Amino acid sequence: MNRRTLLGSAAIALLTATTAFAESHSADGEPLKVGFVYVGPVGDGGWTYEHNEGRLAVEEEFGDAVETVFQENVPEGADAERVMTQMALSGADLIFTTSFGYMDPTMNVAAKFPDVKFEHATGYKTSDNVSNYSARFYEGRMIQGHIAGKMTESNKIGYIASFPIPEVIRGINAAYLAAKAVNPDVEFNVVWAFTWFDPAKEADAATALIEQGADVILQHTDSTAPQAAAQAANENGANIITFGQASDMGEYAPLPRVSSIIDNWSPYYIDRVQAVMDGTWESQSIWHGIDEGMVGIGEISDAVPEDVKAEALEMRDAIAAGELHPFTGPINKQDGSVWLAEGETADDGTLLGMDFYVEGLTGDIPN
Amino acid sequence: MDLSAISPALLVASLMAAATPILLAALGELVVERSGVLNLGVEGMMIVGAICGFAAAVESGSPALGFAIGAVGGALLSLIFAVLVLVFLANQVATGLALTLFGLGLSSLLGQGYVGIKPPSTPRLDLGPLSDLPFLGRAIFSHDAIVYLSLGVVVSVWLFLTRTRAGLRLRAVGENHDAAHALGLPVVAMRFAAIAFGGALAGLGGAYLSLVRVPQWTEGMTAGAGWIALAIVVFASWRAGRVLVGAYLFGGVTVLQLNLQAAGSALPVEYLSMSPYIITIVVLVVISASHKRGSAAPASLGKPFHATQ
Repeated sequence: MNRRTLLGSAAIALLTATTAFAESHSADGEPLKVGFVYVGPVGDGGWTYEHNEGRLAVEEEFGDAVETVFQENVPEGADAERVMTQMALSGADLIFTTSFGYMDPTMNVAAKFPDVKFEHATGYKTSDNVSNYSARFYEGRMIQGHIAGKMTESNKIGYIASFPIPEVIRGINAAYLAAKAVNPDVEFNVVWAFTWFDPAKEADAATALIEQGADVILQHTDSTAPQAAAQAANENGANIITFGQASDMGEYAPLPRVSSIIDNWSPYYIDRVQAVMDGTWESQSIWHGIDEGMVGIGEISDAVPEDVKAEALEMRDAIAAGELHPFTGPINKQDGSVWLAEGETADDGTLLGMDFYVEGLTGDIPN
Repeated sequence: MDLSAISPALLVASLMAAATPILLAALGELVVERSGVLNLGVEGMMIVGAICGFAAAVESGSPALGFAIGAVGGALLSLIFAVLVLVFLANQVATGLALTLFGLGLSSLLGQGYVGIKPPSTPRLDLGPLSDLPFLGRAIFSHDAIVYLSLGVVVSVWLFLTRTRAGLRLRAVGENHDAAHALGLPVVAMRFAAIAFGGALAGLGGAYLSLVRVPQWTEGMTAGAGWIALAIVVFASWRAGRVLVGAYLFGGVTVLQLNLQAAGSALPVEYLSMSPYIITIVVLVVISASHKRGSAAPASLGKPFHATQ
C-alpha cells in the first residue's frame, strides 16, 4: 500500500466515522444540530438580525431538542463553501444559508453531503437535499412605493441598491410602478452600493442622494445607516423620509422612518426543523408573501397623512387577499416593448429571473 | 445625466468627512511600521474605538469625551498586541490578525445596549469669517474639530519623523533594531509607545465613524476600513504626505462615484464602483515611482527583536 492510498483510506474512514457519528446523534435522542450561515453581523439591525431572530425562535420552540450554531460575516464565494463544509463536518443535520450569493456554494457542498439537509434563502436552485425559500418582498415594496409617491415633494426618490440580482431589480420595479401610479412626475435615482453591508458607504450613498434633492430614501442594503444619515440631514433642516428594510428599524420612527417591510422567518424555520425531526423533510421551493406572514408591514408612523396610511393598509389587505398583484399590466419594459398586457399579472418564473427595468426608470442595470 | 445636481462644495465637504477615519488610522499605522512593527489589527482597534467612543459620548452627552475615550480604547487594545509581540515575541502577523478578530468580537459585546441609539451630534467648529466665504466656507471651513485635528496630525507626524531627534531614533529602530540597541536606544520602549500611538489614532478614526460619519453604532460597521488604511500605508511608501493624498483620494473618489451614480452618470456602474481602489493605487504608485529615493519599507519591519546581551 503506497502512501497515497493509505491517506485516502484514512480520509474515507474518517469521513465514514463522522457520518456515522452524525447519524447516531439523531437516533439516540441527541439534539438535532442546525447551522446558520449569515452574510452580515447579527447586530446589523436588518437582514441578518431577522434571520438570527428566526434561529432564536427555533431554540425557544425546541429547547434541548436542538442545538444551533451560526457563523456571521461570511463572504459570498469560496469562503462560504469552507464555512458550510466545516458545519457539515461538525455534524450539522440542517443548514440554512441566508444570502443570494451562497447559492452555488450551497449546491456544491450539498452534493458532497447527501445526508445533510440544506435550505438556501432567496435563490432558485434545488436538489434532493437543497430547498430554497424566499419572501415576496416586492409586495411590501409596492406599499412603500405608494407612500413614497404620495409624500415626495421634490418628486425625486433615492434608491440604495445592493447587487444587480432579480430580487433587488424586482424591488426597484415594484416600488417605482406604485409611486408612478399615484405621482406621474416621480423620478427614481438608483445608486448601486455593491455591498449588502457597509454602514459608512450606505450613509454616504444616502447623503449623496439627499444632497441631490431626493426627499425619500428607499434601501435594499442591510444596515440602519441610511436612516441615521437621513436623521442627521433632518436635524439640519431637511425633510427626508425613509423605510425600514428587513427589520422594523422602529428606533428611527416617527421620522425619518415612516414604515418598513419586515422579514419574518421564524415560522418557516420552526416548520423545517420540525420536518427534519419527523423525517418528513423534502426538497421544495417556497416563496411566501404578506398573505403567509413572511413579509410584514411595520407600523406606519404619524408622519404619514391619515388618508395615505389608510390607502397603504387597504393595499396590504388586498395583496394578502390575492386581489392585488404589484405587477399587473399594462406594463412596458424600459425599452418600450410590451411586457404585460392590460389586466395580465406577471408569472413567478419571470419575476424570479427579472433582469430588466420597467418603462420610465432611467439608467442601466449593471451586469 | 444631470451633473448640475452635484454641488462641488458639498462634494469636497463630504470627501473630507469620508476620508478622515482612514486618514487617522493610516497615520497611526505609519508610525507603528516606521518603528519596525507590523500591526495588522487596525480594523479591530478601529471598531473598538468606534464603540468605546460611541458609548462614552452617549453616556456623557459629550462628543469630545467620546473621541477621547475612543482613542483610549484603541490604545488599550493595541497594548495587548504590544505585550504579545514585544515581550513574548509572538508572530506579528498572526497576532495582528487575532487582534482584529478579538476587536470585532469585543466591540459587539460592548455594543449590545447601543444599537439604534442616536449619538449627541458633534458641533461644527465656528471659524468666524472663514466659514462665510463663498464655496470655501462650505467646502473646507465648515467641519468639526477632528477633521482639522487629523490634518494637524499629518503635519506633526511628518515633522516628527523628518525633523526631530526622537523621530530619527524611531526610524533607526525601524531600520535596524540591533544596531539601534547597540547604540543604547530603548527599542522595546519606543515600540511600545509607537504601537499605543497607532492604537489611539485607529480608535479615534473609529470613533469618528460612529459619531460623525454614519452616525450610529452597528456591529461590524468599519466594514474593511482598517484594511484600506493598511493598504494606503504601503502604497504611500511610508510617508505621511502621501498617506494624506491616498486617504483623500480614496474618500474623494468613493463619494464622487456615489454622487455620479445618483446624478445618473452614463459611465457603467461597475467601473465607478471599483474606481476608488484603482485610482488610489495607481496615483500612489506613480507618485512613489517618480521619487526613487527611500521608498522601501523599514528594514526591520515585522521582525521580532530580542536583546540578547
